[in-house]
Amino acid sequence: MLDLWVGLFVCAGIGALLVLALKVGNMSGFSAADTYQLYANFDNIGGLKPRAPVKSAGVVVGRVAEITFNNDRFTARVALRIEKNFKFPTDTTASILTSGLLGEQYVGLEGGGDDKTLAPGDTLKLTQSAVVLEKLISQFLYSKAAEGDSKK
Amino acid sequence: MPERAAISVRRIGHVTVEGVLRLGYAARFIALTLLHSGTSFRRLRLVIRELYFTGVLSLIIIVVSGLFVGMVLGFQGFQTLQTYGSESALGVLVALSLVRELGPVVSALLFASRAGSAMTAEIGLMKATEQLSAMEMMAVDPIARVVAPRFWAGVISMPLLAAMFSAMGVFGGYLVGVVLIGVDEGSFWSQMQNAVDFREDIVNGVIKSFVFGIAVTSIALFEGYDAPPTAEGVSGATTRTVVTSSLAILGLDFILTSFMFRGA
Repeated sequence: MLDLWVGLFVCAGIGALLVLALKVGNMSGFSAADTYQLYANFDNIGGLKPRAPVKSAGVVVGRVAEITFNNDRFTARVALRIEKNFKFPTDTTASILTSGLLGEQYVGLEGGGDDKTLAPGDTLKLTQSAVVLEKLISQFLYSKAAEGDSKK
Repeated sequence: MPERAAISVRRIGHVTVEGVLRLGYAARFIALTLLHSGTSFRRLRLVIRELYFTGVLSLIIIVVSGLFVGMVLGFQGFQTLQTYGSESALGVLVALSLVRELGPVVSALLFASRAGSAMTAEIGLMKATEQLSAMEMMAVDPIARVVAPRFWAGVISMPLLAAMFSAMGVFGGYLVGVVLIGVDEGSFWSQMQNAVDFREDIVNGVIKSFVFGIAVTSIALFEGYDAPPTAEGVSGATTRTVVTSSLAILGLDFILTSFMFRGA
């Protein structure tokens, strides 16, 4: 009788772990085996974090693997881990976008028209940095000020 | 006057030396327990009996409090998230706070007061009524026969209880958030699944509860084994178990969290 209850208890515990892994967590995440890496250099990554999603046309196709600083060119070097069954042409543009007004930042990939596709380890040539709010505001103010000057 | 000062200084020294002595005794006791664990695996029946008392009998309080903690999180989280217009992130809030923190910590606190205190009282009373000495007389090692099975039962049942607490909490959050308030069910689950990582969040939570299980059971067993063999001594030891293990859980939680979730 005791054994039955203990067995049920252990089963329930393992069941709860399985529920957490499958229903709450994302167990079917990308493993290292079926992905390849691409690199992209950005002038400014804003608030991009490792493990942020990489999306193309809104669909998650991979994750940000690593972010390092390139000391020769003073840019950020972002390693993207893309699922193997998604191929992108060589003239793909990578840009850092924000989901929603306050949402997290992600990397958006926009395919070009080239016939050749990117091989594992290639670097994306066309990139667009994150929008920095302060720069945007100061640009806006300067352009307003210039407008005012020309009117006088 | 200088004499009185000398006495108080002497008392500080006495308390410090006593504390270090007790810590050393406790470390030796835990090492002995681990050394004598072989018997508990050869005679699995002993561990199963203790699993029933520490695990199965703690089940109801863990499940009920998990459910209610999740439901309260659902209410409070909805209130706050509503001001930012992001009610759909309710699932993320409930799941992350439960899996990372509340699940392991609250279930360990409950476990310390439900099962830890019982363990201390039982072993303390065994010592007071000289059952432990009787065992030694019969050439039965009380550490191998009494202490080690309880240790392993506690270490095994703690992560399972914490997982059940978290699962029930997420269910409670779902009940309040989706069924009662009417947050969209699809975004509740899908945002949760996007935000909760198996390795980073769930496995780290399990590691935490495993560490808490070791800490709580070691403290409870040592306090019982070290209790003065009087009624007063046993009651004092039981109180100390709950206080010390609660503080140990909170302290360990801070240390583990600062290692596991720094930035990123």
